[in-house]
Amino acid sequence: MSKIVRVNMITKGVKLEDVPDNYKGLGGRGFTSTVVATEVDPLCHPLGKENKLVVAPGLLGGTPCPNSGRTSFGAKSPLTGTIKETNVGGTLGANLADLQIVGIVVEGEAEDDKSYTLVVNKDGATLESAEELKNNLVYDAVKKLQAKYGKNVSIACIGPAGEAKMATANISVTDIDGIPTRQAGRGGLGAVMGSKGLKAIVVDDAGAPGVEIKDKKAFNNAAEVFTDVLQKAPITSETLPLYGTDILINILNEAGGLPTRNFSSGRFEMANNIGGETMRETILKRKGNPTHPCMPGCIIKCSNAYKLEDGTEVTGGFEYESIWALGANCGIGDLDTIAQLNRLCDDIGVDTIETGDTIAVAMEAGVIPFGDGKGAINLLKEVEKGSPLGKIIGSGATCLGKVYGVTRVPQVKGQGMPAYEPRAVKGTGVTFATSPMGTDHTAGYAVAVEILGCGGTADPLDPKGKADLSKTFQIVTAAVDCTGLCLFIAFGTLVDERGVPAIVAMLNAQYGLSLTGDDVTELGKKVLQTEWDFNRRAGFTKEDDRLPLFMIKEKLPPHNTVFDVPIKDIDGVHEL
Amino acid sequence: MEIELRFYATLVKYAEKNKIPQFSTVELEEGLTLASFLEKFGILREHVRIAMVNGKRAELDQVLRDGDRVGLFPPVGGG
Repeated sequence: MSKIVRVNMITKGVKLEDVPDNYKGLGGRGFTSTVVATEVDPLCHPLGKENKLVVAPGLLGGTPCPNSGRTSFGAKSPLTGTIKETNVGGTLGANLADLQIVGIVVEGEAEDDKSYTLVVNKDGATLESAEELKNNLVYDAVKKLQAKYGKNVSIACIGPAGEAKMATANISVTDIDGIPTRQAGRGGLGAVMGSKGLKAIVVDDAGAPGVEIKDKKAFNNAAEVFTDVLQKAPITSETLPLYGTDILINILNEAGGLPTRNFSSGRFEMANNIGGETMRETILKRKGNPTHPCMPGCIIKCSNAYKLEDGTEVTGGFEYESIWALGANCGIGDLDTIAQLNRLCDDIGVDTIETGDTIAVAMEAGVIPFGDGKGAINLLKEVEKGSPLGKIIGSGATCLGKVYGVTRVPQVKGQGMPAYEPRAVKGTGVTFATSPMGTDHTAGYAVAVEILGCGGTADPLDPKGKADLSKTFQIVTAAVDCTGLCLFIAFGTLVDERGVPAIVAMLNAQYGLSLTGDDVTELGKKVLQTEWDFNRRAGFTKEDDRLPLFMIKEKLPPHNTVFDVPIKDIDGVHEL
Repeated sequence: MEIELRFYATLVKYAEKNKIPQFSTVELEEGLTLASFLEKFGILREHVRIAMVNGKRAELDQVLRDGDRVGLFPPVGGG
């Protein structure tokens, strides 16, 4: 029987509730955003007791469907002030689903200034003291939690940044090997977790009843087709497993859309040094693992384990966004330095994208020069210490820009931009402007069509039709984010018409429904409308859906283009 | 004419096959189209998802000019 775990951090009361009618049939982002929009006052302070942290597996979580184990985290964001959903791989989602838990809602805040762990297992859920984990780095905290609760549990954990309520704080989740390489990165939800006094969530699915599937035969048939789609598509079966997501460095660079040195050029002269080809070669030379699944049932395996020259396994899940943010965007062209920065971010518990953006703005301000890897490492150590400079860096690019008087800050709604230059990948620029989350590449990945030629083609430099392209991707993504599916399945479904019907067939077989493809589109629209409505009630207007002025005025080399999608097109994205 | 040629991801095998570096400048006769260029290097069209000339996606009938930068990619993705 499906349950919601509701945790009150003031009373320390934990209860298992039946799923109310208005939350029935929701999963992943659909669940987190609906709960936040229903239960959280949009005008509340994100770090106050009125905010809630919501955790949910997707609708297909814990099933035999491949790549279906992602976990959504939702709240009002301390970075943007908007509603926020950030989802993550690892084992947590499947384990929650196995326990038939559709969501966890964490309310209030610990007024006793103590740290707690929420433990969820077949017998229910309890809050336990985590005083011994206070200010622990994420990797250390996870080791201690595994010693206490067992090697096979799933863990979501915050680092010192989350405990210090920094707006860039993320939530780390353990992968299939129990290593916290997966990050629910964006929007500072680690700070929301920290504000509640919750250091970690431990989920043990030993003895769990497992997911109920109404029509197992129909489900398995559809899962088999879906598996075949992913195993036949060239991106999901060949280049992602070979090179990981970092393969994007060179193609974005070639297209002139790789943001370099705080978004001042679309090309980085050291791109190939940090690209997927070099990374694979380096990992193989050092006997690391270039092809790794982050969750059970993953057949794409885009993750990896990266070793330094001396054989130290410094980081894992070393991926494009992080390598770009801490690399090209900071003018750093050395993978080993970037790997160390990545590990520091994961250990301190800050989002790599926001942190890379912030360091780049600090470089623009002259705090350290562009390309100064050692200086960047020292800045992150300030974040760990919680010094005044560290706190400014931990507050994100927009805050640092204000403190240092920098006019060129790549952000929308206070969230730093991911690894696509809006002036050279314009549909993605529309996504950055209009997503309810602030700049978010996953929210509407027009890059697939504009740059990768997957599921069609469009000239990335042409502003025409880009608002519609972004809108289409945002709707589909919102629906995919409800299922627990990894977004990379789109590289299969965009090129194989059997893909989407197989997903719909699995949902129908699991829940005894008769959805069509159109219903899935409607689901995506509903989620977006719920999120935009929350933002309106929080005080956001269409004027907040704008890129920074420098991207409209300043020409970006090598194509010397500006962001010129008409405002009326951008505002049209909200008309679904 | 001189063409700056750049092979990426699995297409690096064609650099090895042609005994040239992954990134190299090659001397070619004037007036070659992208299609005839690929043929000259023994590159199978179906292996090339994206061909960029000077950072812009190019069709097979595009005529190459002196100094062009050509980047060749198989299907790639990530995020």
